[in-house]
Amino acid sequence: MEKLIPIEMNINNQHYKLEVSPSKRLLDVLREDLDLTATKECCGIGECGACTVLVNGKAVNSCLMLAVEADGATILTAEGLASNGRLDALQEAFLEKGAVQCGFCIPGQLMAAKYLLTQNPHPTREEVEEGMAGNLCRCGGYERIIEAVLSVAEKGEEQL
Amino acid sequence: MSDFEYVRPTTIDEAVRFLAAHGTEARILAGGTDLLIQLRNNDIQPSFILDVKHIRELQTGVQLKDGLVSISATVTMSELVMDPLINRYFPALVDAANVVGSVQIRNRATLVGNICNASPAADSAPPLLVYGAEVVAIGSQGKRRIPLNDFFVRSGVTVLQRGEFVASIELPVPTTRMGAAHVRRTRRRGHDLASVTLCCGVQETGVVRLSYGSVGPRPVLALDTSGILADEKAPEEAKTAIFESIFAQASPSKKSMRASPAYRLAMLRVLGKQALELALARLNDQG
Repeated sequence: MEKLIPIEMNINNQHYKLEVSPSKRLLDVLREDLDLTATKECCGIGECGACTVLVNGKAVNSCLMLAVEADGATILTAEGLASNGRLDALQEAFLEKGAVQCGFCIPGQLMAAKYLLTQNPHPTREEVEEGMAGNLCRCGGYERIIEAVLSVAEKGEEQL
Repeated sequence: MSDFEYVRPTTIDEAVRFLAAHGTEARILAGGTDLLIQLRNNDIQPSFILDVKHIRELQTGVQLKDGLVSISATVTMSELVMDPLINRYFPALVDAANVVGSVQIRNRATLVGNICNASPAADSAPPLLVYGAEVVAIGSQGKRRIPLNDFFVRSGVTVLQRGEFVASIELPVPTTRMGAAHVRRTRRRGHDLASVTLCCGVQETGVVRLSYGSVGPRPVLALDTSGILADEKAPEEAKTAIFESIFAQASPSKKSMRASPAYRLAMLRVLGKQALELALARLNDQG
């Protein structure tokens, strides 16, 4: 029987104290233990980006990180984007541009876009393509996703 | 994923002692972007995972000391790309670190991990070989320096002994002017493994160092000391002959799904020329 490890995380501005099995990925703890199911599992090998979350402000694949590695970390998932009942500018833009088709990849796309714009508030189209290259959309909705990200970038930093 | 115990040493001593006792049943975790896939697929079933990220001596980042730039085992590809020392002295390493995986991967994957996994397609290997990198390994016998060209054995295998791990990679600051560039070929734009990965460095003395990967069991380093490749006025046939001898060691696998051997060998020649031109342009820019 493997030893459970106590960890603490701040997720979407809430403090969590948990005991996790070392072989659980951050993705498993988010979805199964905390019921934060916006973060999706798809490929499980870091190729599709559906499980993207921000760990200490950096976009990572939560399927490639053990939950114990996130001990002490500050995490933002798609559930944490909206605040005080208001959607994030990126969420609004995704709706406005019709960037959401089946929706499965969207939480990951949003988190990748969030990271991109915090690093580079006014990216070129090419920079958006590169920043979002780790996120696949099987509906093929790339054009509208890119348009949505660019539309937020044009509005400027204050919208983020 | 099968069960394992998670170990998080905070000093090198602690890690060395643990690995001396349990080295055969333990795997080392830094960025985890390769390790977690192997664990998930049950390709490996270690009893212990030793996370090196909390070891103080390995948190030194990128440092310049006595003409050597050292990159510690916790430095990620994203950190490397942003680092002023690396950008100043080793631009081809920035080229390569910038194309590893996706943003999400680069935010976790470490340079040292990329080297320790010894994938023939590792994009960081060719520039590190061109820049003359050395691997600093630590084990119960102490510390030893291994030239990177002696480090790789074959796919997934290095000369590291049981219980040994890599603390850092060291690069000598070039003492003569050098232009270098890394290029690669992939199946798709964006996130993909290289079908061919190649780096060319031209020194002002006329020596050309060329390294390529993903066309054999390990990356290859070759030198041209004739001055022909570096000479922009040298006849094409003379250059082609040198390239042919440099690429003679390529032996791409027939089993790989990414590209056929014929395609890889053809692209090797295209990329060789492309990287040489870029490297020469960078050398001239410094002039």
